[in-house]
Amino acid sequence: MSEANASATRITPGNALRPEDIALRDARPSDAVGQYALWLGDDALILAQRLGWWISRAPELEEDVALANIALDQIGHARSFLTYAGRAWDRTEDDLAYFRREPEFRSVHLVEQPNGDFARTIARQLVVSLYQWELYSRLVDSTDATIAAIAAKAVKEVDYHRDHSIQWVLRLALGTDESRRRMIAGLTLTWPYVDELFADHPLIDGIDGAGVRPSTLRAPFDAAIRSVLDEADLERPAVPGAVGGGRSGRHSEHLGYILAEMQVLAREHPGASW
Amino acid sequence: MTGGSTTGDDGATAPSAGPQETRAAWPLWEVFVRSSRGLSHVHAGSLHAPDAEMAVRNARDLYTRRNEGVSLWVVPASSIITSDPDAKDRFFESPQGKDYRHATYYTKSEGVKHL
Repeated sequence: MSEANASATRITPGNALRPEDIALRDARPSDAVGQYALWLGDDALILAQRLGWWISRAPELEEDVALANIALDQIGHARSFLTYAGRAWDRTEDDLAYFRREPEFRSVHLVEQPNGDFARTIARQLVVSLYQWELYSRLVDSTDATIAAIAAKAVKEVDYHRDHSIQWVLRLALGTDESRRRMIAGLTLTWPYVDELFADHPLIDGIDGAGVRPSTLRAPFDAAIRSVLDEADLERPAVPGAVGGGRSGRHSEHLGYILAEMQVLAREHPGASW
Repeated sequence: MTGGSTTGDDGATAPSAGPQETRAAWPLWEVFVRSSRGLSHVHAGSLHAPDAEMAVRNARDLYTRRNEGVSLWVVPASSIITSDPDAKDRFFESPQGKDYRHATYYTKSEGVKHL
């Protein structure tokens, strides 16, 4: 993550919204909208940190690059959302990523779940990408112009993540006995963390129109996942939901370890840049 | 768990003892990219993928990360027939010295307009 520079030169064509642009905008979210942006940014950041572990470890070089690409997309979304959230309290994206403690993170438990084997990571990725696509494709109509703009950029990338995970679910589920066994196991381990994605939280009542009420995403998500599972000849796991609480800063045992690794360098050398 | 990462595999799936199960290598594909300003697809490189659908996706991830293209072709490398590099003389030497095969060899005849 880097300091915004005020240069007018752009390296990439087009005029997609960059985190640097958000930092320079006049728009400041309310405290509640800032909190909502933390939800989205933290989900993307922690997922990216998990996916980054696969670099050099994926089954094939090409898949290594594919997972790294998805992780980088998520880091991009996290940078935008955290930059915007930080405008509510005069904090930078780096302040929020590296100098918050575990209870201050607002990510759901799903994204902090262990990678396990490749099939388990794909199962987690399937759920996340279907959820994020449903969410961002509605957030493009957010009454908050910045959140709408971030979602408009992110939804195209998440659309690709969705395709990537569906392709792999089909291949693993309909591949060999071993790949199918692992896909089912991965889906079963992932499923308890689905409910939390759609649990309503009082915060949403205070930001009318800027966000999307999580419970309204449940039906489209269920329809989307059902069509994937049908095509893959998989059953929806019949396992009870886990206790959530991520949106209130209550996390599973995994997040602390993720943060320790993610934050150690910035805390060791505060203010350092590279 | 090895490598010292605190955020990786939780070790729930222990590697099975005994020899590594050998997997068949993914086939090789050649990738062609058409840039937004180009009319033709240009060979960009190659990659391995299990099937055609994944090959296109891997090509997207490997060869279009910096706005290089707007269209992709992937072709199984085994489908490409190449000329024999040892047959350069028989294949490619013939046109050399045959200036009359180039338009510039000819002078314009009198009275021809708009040529």
